Amino acid sequence: MKPARFAHHAPRTLEEALALLATHGEEARVLAGGQSLVPTMAFRMARPAVLVDINRIAPLDHVTVAGGSLRIGALARHARFETQVVEGALGTLLARIAHHIAHPPLRLRGTFCGSLAHADPASEWCAAALALEARMVLARADGLREVAAEDWFQGVFSTALAPGEMLREVVLPLPAPSWRGGFAEFARRAGDFALAMAVVGLRLEGGLVGGARIALGGIGGQPVLAREAMALLEGQAPSSALLDEAAATAARHCDPQEDMHAPAEYRRELVAVMVKRALRQAVSA
Amino acid sequence: MNWVGRRLPRSEDPPLLRGEGRYVPDIAIGARAVRFLRSPVAAGRILALRPPAEMPPGCLFVTGADMAGVQPIKPGLRRFNYRAVEQPVLPTERVHFVGQAIAAMVAPSAALAEDLLETCELDIAAEDPVVGFDAALTPGAPLVHPIAPGNVAVEGELRPEGFAETLAAAAHVVEFAFRSGRQSAMPLEGRGGVAEYDRATGRIRLSASAQMPHQLRTGIAQLLGMPEADLQVIAPDVGGGFGQKIALLPEYPVLVWLARKHRGRFAWVEDRNENLIASAHSRDQRHALRAGFDAEGRLLALEADILADVGAFSVFPTTCAVEPLMALAEYPGPYKVPAYAVRARGVLTHTCPMAPYRGVSRPVITFGIERLMDRAAAVLGLAPDEIRRRNLHDAFPARSATGMVLDEASYIEALDEAMRILDVPAFRARQEAARAEGRYLGLGLSVFNERTGYGTPAFAARSMDVVPGYEVVDIAMLPSGEVEARIGSSPHGQGLRTTLSQIIADRLGLDPGAIRIIHGDTDRTPYGWGSFASRSLVIGGGACQVAADRLADKLRRGAARLLQCEPSEVALRDGQAVAGAASMPIAELARLAHQRSELLSDAIGFNLAETGQYDPGGTFSNACHAAIVEVEAETGHVRVERYLVVEDAGRIINPMIADGQVQGGVAQGIANALFEEVIYAPDGTPLTGTLADYTPPTCAEIPEIEIHHLETISEATITGAKGLGEGGSIGAPAAIVNAISDALSPFGVDVAEFPATPPRIRALIRGRAPRA
Ligand SMILES: Cc1cc2nc3c(=O)[nH]c(=O)nc-3n(C[C@H](O)[C@H](O)[C@H](O)COP(=O)(O)OP(=O)(O)OC[C@H]3O[C@@H](n4cnc5c(N)ncnc54)[C@H](O)[C@@H]3O)c2cc1C
Repeated sequence: MKPARFAHHAPRTLEEALALLATHGEEARVLAGGQSLVPTMAFRMARPAVLVDINRIAPLDHVTVAGGSLRIGALARHARFETQVVEGALGTLLARIAHHIAHPPLRLRGTFCGSLAHADPASEWCAAALALEARMVLARADGLREVAAEDWFQGVFSTALAPGEMLREVVLPLPAPSWRGGFAEFARRAGDFALAMAVVGLRLEGGLVGGARIALGGIGGQPVLAREAMALLEGQAPSSALLDEAAATAARHCDPQEDMHAPAEYRRELVAVMVKRALRQAVSA
Repeated sequence: MNWVGRRLPRSEDPPLLRGEGRYVPDIAIGARAVRFLRSPVAAGRILALRPPAEMPPGCLFVTGADMAGVQPIKPGLRRFNYRAVEQPVLPTERVHFVGQAIAAMVAPSAALAEDLLETCELDIAAEDPVVGFDAALTPGAPLVHPIAPGNVAVEGELRPEGFAETLAAAAHVVEFAFRSGRQSAMPLEGRGGVAEYDRATGRIRLSASAQMPHQLRTGIAQLLGMPEADLQVIAPDVGGGFGQKIALLPEYPVLVWLARKHRGRFAWVEDRNENLIASAHSRDQRHALRAGFDAEGRLLALEADILADVGAFSVFPTTCAVEPLMALAEYPGPYKVPAYAVRARGVLTHTCPMAPYRGVSRPVITFGIERLMDRAAAVLGLAPDEIRRRNLHDAFPARSATGMVLDEASYIEALDEAMRILDVPAFRARQEAARAEGRYLGLGLSVFNERTGYGTPAFAARSMDVVPGYEVVDIAMLPSGEVEARIGSSPHGQGLRTTLSQIIADRLGLDPGAIRIIHGDTDRTPYGWGSFASRSLVIGGGACQVAADRLADKLRRGAARLLQCEPSEVALRDGQAVAGAASMPIAELARLAHQRSELLSDAIGFNLAETGQYDPGGTFSNACHAAIVEVEAETGHVRVERYLVVEDAGRIINPMIADGQVQGGVAQGIANALFEEVIYAPDGTPLTGTLADYTPPTCAEIPEIEIHHLETISEATITGAKGLGEGGSIGAPAAIVNAISDALSPFGVDVAEFPATPPRIRALIRGRAPRA
């Protein structure tokens, strides 16, 4: 369990980092918190020839509210979100989620953007990004581009990130005051990757649900939206029966994977329970 | 001042807590790194095995062919149809499980050794592997070893005459078939060793993370055909073993061979993946029980059919019979079983070999008989505690169905005490109320005895070629008055340095701080059996007591000479030898005994050294565990709300250390009941090679464990102490799973497999509506 040989660069500016990524292309990987990359290298499942360590680039360590958005820099660690990073329901939801990511020491190192870049199927931040309509800001030596969460995930551990690019920021639109969030997951042990999770966001206006989004994680190759369940909720009063029906719909239409920890059928049951819990949390908030 | 019975802080802890312990990896610094090429397939013939075309300087590649002349590992057992399976240290012809070491790569760094392993040439013609009981026992199945027909490596059977009639005549026959998942002992520190050639003496020093240093030395010297005197084995700080580090596995003889052949220093530090797939496993068993009860719920007859998957080889020195034969011998446990019939088989498969793990088969047989008791209670309409009370031994000494002598114990008292503490009527009311809200609480009991401190006669009855049992302690008082006790036990986390010093201090009238316990070094300790099987405090402690009493006798004789009185008039206390009004410091006596021996030698000879030996027949500690759990029906999640242990291990030398043993054991038992399982794919690939997949629980999943002690002093041991190292893990699976079954009783289901994981619990109750 020793990594294959690699070169380690620790630039102090974003420009230097992007130049290194441009030079080394596919050979290079960004090293952020290292909490996923380093173990995979130890197992030699990843063997980048060059690591571009971004930990010394201080400006990347930010979480700021600007222009109606929450902007999360590449060095914002999970632990930062344990306390409310922004007023209101969004900050509350992010804090609730943060407590479910791994263990405290890990949360001090691992980054929000690293989770998005790593794209583990059971990553809480990935499901959240989908539910919260995140946009990824990608930087490379000669420019910037943005990718919406729905186009970002491209299967297990794969994303729209191209060689030479860095995920510089994730941008979450600040929701309306009538917006509420909910989160539930099921893991065998505290801090484990979940066997199933649901992140939901919806507006409650005049007693009716609007703009509901339900993202499911932990069940397959990448987080997915439970579109049928979202449609079912639209414009309805959130009765307990409706939430149950939405949960059952999400479970029926999802495509859970089977592995040694959970048969597909079991995951499907968990989806129903987690969606129900997350929805109840949202409407009762 | 009595030191025995006090919660003395462990003298071991300060350096460990400061990070100043010395473990194998600390000793390995600067040594050449050894990594092993391991088999990627479960079964096959080795066609080609070659190092990379270019080996950098300082690197070596060692195969079984290089080690020609080294003997295979071949533990022996003279009964029970045992098939003497051989394990080559490094195979040259066939591989038998994924992870089996095939060759060693030596390099200046572990990373470079791993680089080189990637470019070795290894060509194996894969064959159909035998994985799981059904595959192994199917007629015509491929044979893991030709020497073991039907893949049965060992088979024991007992069937008293008239058994069938007794069972047939019973008012109620209750059956229970179940499976226990394969586990890994998972010590926090994996295995590892550093072997070093000493140019001055030509000897090898092996520092190894081991539980049985003397046995490792004897075993390796035999395999390599080297003088045992040329090998020193040291067990430095060892981060847990739980049985896994008893086994003589191939990596250590390879290290010693390298150090001898290449006259250098070589280190191997096992990583977690190797530990999980290639060290040793345990408890992969399947049992079928039938029991006959009379109309009042008294057990008349018990029949057990036991299968234990022993993996691909037989581990030295315990052999692959250790699990099936322990289950055979000890199934009746604390219960009166007038008629007992049993068949136990050890089944070979192409998987990692089985070795003892804390409790060995007892967690499994306790699970079997305790689930059976609950089932029978339901059939007979008795409360779970009542059916147990009717069947527990209550007169001692008792003789078990297999002839073991059960010494004085408190089987019924422990149960009664647990019931009293729990307030069962209040719990039942709470359970009712919760059910009305769709919440499922359950209470589970587990009553068991734990055979501990058994010496040579008990092991001799097993007919192994290597018979462990006794302990010898060499004790000496230095001229300064401090005492050194050299022990053959080999503690690795149990706090023996503290507890043994408490025993010795009381016998010599000294402070425990004046006693040094020397262990884990074959050059400095008498031959002994290390630490396993809840034996060290009982047997090593007994030998310490014998040795200390002899030394005390000598001190009294010396003091009597100087104080001019009779030895019987001398008392040793608080560092003084006291006779009436006269007294002298024991340290002064020690100085005179060594440096002014002309004053004392005709009374006590020279020096203050004595030897104590102890070899008891064995004793049974006992306990009642009780668990309260809540099962979440929609997810299958189990939360342990309360865990209670009423434990009787006779005289408790240090209650804090005893509680620590119980707590750690219960945690492992809960892991066994709910979390941990080694899983193989049908092709023999292990799927649980990381802690993310093997899922040991964390402190967040383990509840506070409430411990109450009873103290039954039996005559079976000279200290009055019984062992308690394994009880925690023995009792917990049954208590937890009985509680789950109780919680789920409205669904009319019964848990017959552990770990009882959430998906398994869901599978049991899926589609079933709870009865009101
Ligand atoms: C025991 C354990 C338990 C865990 N449990 C959970 C859990 O419950 N939930 C969960 O979500 N995660 C869990 N994790 C993963 C953890 O959250 C990681 O921190 C996270 O997945 C990756 O963030 P990082 O900053 O550590 O990224 P790194 O490990 O440094 O990098 C991960 C990958 O992302 C790339 N990358 C990182 N940052 C960037 C960037 N800015 N631009 C481009 N590429 C980038 C890297 O090149 C690499 O490929 C767990 C990890 C461990 C070891």
